Amino acid sequence: MHVDEATVRRIARLARIKISDAEAKSLEGELSNILDWVAQLDEVDTSAVEPMTRVVAQAMKMRDDVVADGEIADLVTANAPSSEDNFFVVPKVVE
Amino acid sequence: MTDLTKLSLAEARDGLAKKSFSARELTDAFITAIEASNGALNAYVLPTPEHARAQAAESDKRIAAGSSRALEGLPLGNKDLFATKGIRTTACSKILDDFKPPYESTVGQNLWDAGAVMLGKLNNDEFAMGSSNETSAFGNVVSPWRRLGGDGQRSTDKLVPGGSSGGSSAAVSANLCLAATATDTGGSIRQPAALTGTVGIKPTYGRCSRWGIVAFASSLDQAGPITKTVRDAAIMLKAMASHDPKDTTSVDALVPDYEAALGKGIKGLRVGIPKEYRVDGMSAEIQKLWDDGIAWLKAAGATIHDISLPHTKYALPAYYIVAPAEASSNLARYDGMRYGMRVTGSNLTDTYELTRAAGFGREVRRRILIGTYVLSAGYYDAYYLKAQKVRTLIKRDFDDAWTTVDVVLTPTTPSPAFAFGEKSGDPLAMYLEDIFTVTVNMAGLPGMSVPAGFSSQGTPLGLQLIGKPFDETTLFQTAQVIEDAAGRFPVPDRWWMKG
Repeated sequence: MHVDEATVRRIARLARIKISDAEAKSLEGELSNILDWVAQLDEVDTSAVEPMTRVVAQAMKMRDDVVADGEIADLVTANAPSSEDNFFVVPKVVE
Repeated sequence: MTDLTKLSLAEARDGLAKKSFSARELTDAFITAIEASNGALNAYVLPTPEHARAQAAESDKRIAAGSSRALEGLPLGNKDLFATKGIRTTACSKILDDFKPPYESTVGQNLWDAGAVMLGKLNNDEFAMGSSNETSAFGNVVSPWRRLGGDGQRSTDKLVPGGSSGGSSAAVSANLCLAATATDTGGSIRQPAALTGTVGIKPTYGRCSRWGIVAFASSLDQAGPITKTVRDAAIMLKAMASHDPKDTTSVDALVPDYEAALGKGIKGLRVGIPKEYRVDGMSAEIQKLWDDGIAWLKAAGATIHDISLPHTKYALPAYYIVAPAEASSNLARYDGMRYGMRVTGSNLTDTYELTRAAGFGREVRRRILIGTYVLSAGYYDAYYLKAQKVRTLIKRDFDDAWTTVDVVLTPTTPSPAFAFGEKSGDPLAMYLEDIFTVTVNMAGLPGMSVPAGFSSQGTPLGLQLIGKPFDETTLFQTAQVIEDAAGRFPVPDRWWMKG
């Protein structure tokens, strides 16, 4: 599976990671090598196999739909790079 | 007085009970050792001596009052992947910056509720992605082990302590804590334990709560201990494990008294030897280690059975789809808005992209990109779904094996500890470090590494035991037989404390 530079750039944009021209070039090779290597899974016939969704069979746990926590806005925002009056301050989202 | 830092966890517990020394004296011995050692080994990214002394003082009060808990006054190291309330937690990534969680991980809380003392936060590969501790934003951890040269002298070349729990393995083997927390997504407890002569167990998926542990690949991540002895691992896992309503994958099952089960012997135990682990080019020393393990178990009354786990070779490529896919999703939360660092750009998207480019290291960026690729439109079925189907087949191999054997014995790693830079240039070479450990995560089984011999370079090698789901007890009993036969593997000299 060859990943070309345009694909690397598209993926990096989807992942929201800025990459330089030099990085795009080297990632082209690295990602292609890794994808070539995982392609050996094509040898395995999985046509009649269910995907594994849980390692241990157990029913999904349920809990009461009640508020169990809250009134801690100061703790929630304590680690923000920028905050004001318990609000997160972020760059303009809607133009 | 004897050097308290050389005690095992069980010995220290018994010494405290007999009042041979106080929790404060024990803790101070470790604080002094960390101050003298951390410059050379870099095992701790954040020593917390004042926090430790306060906990030790509380323990001494409890001991005096006769109300000791299971781990009262025992100093531990805590991997920096575990959230610690009010104490910096970074996963050894720049992107978390000076993050101070307002909560404690469940596993950590269980340990402190049992009376344990935290000496500090331990180094690891960034977001637990690595097998050599070379990807940490805080720099490499140096193994206390050094290679033996032809002249019988130890080389001064620095070796890796394994990864991702490299701070944990280095700190335990260098006597910078009695035991340490660790996590294992593809081998991150067992491989560093094997490379440093320590014991490490990754329990069954669901045995320990993942709540408050920085997520890497959620369907694979499990917490466990790295310790000096099998008994210590049994004590630690009992304290760490619990059912936790805050983690829906944590299992509501009784946690047995693993320590009480030690020494019961393994007469009649059926041990499986999977032929697929005899990989091409396996070195003679790894083969001998494996043969020694078989002989020890046989001598203790076990029976040995050849078994086949036919999908073994597909575990590692399937892992390198599942783990990056889940990581790319988990790490999407680091966007520079709610916590961690922010690099301000010309607009919102630019800010995200600059923040994540500056905050994540090279290996983490590479894995996020692979994960994003395999999950992107049109590729989900071909990669992630395919890999999850292969996982079902890997688990089925083990289910079949359990009809004829009770435990599986393999080497932990394909080779002994290596030097810095030896494998970091080639991602695939590094990924192969996990070839024997990763199947266990894919199937969700418990796996344990016990030191069992030396390489030709005089560095330790480990044997791996794989058990049935929630049968950690059998792993501890079998590991005790190996430890009794092989002995313990203390580091021969404390070269790093000179000068």
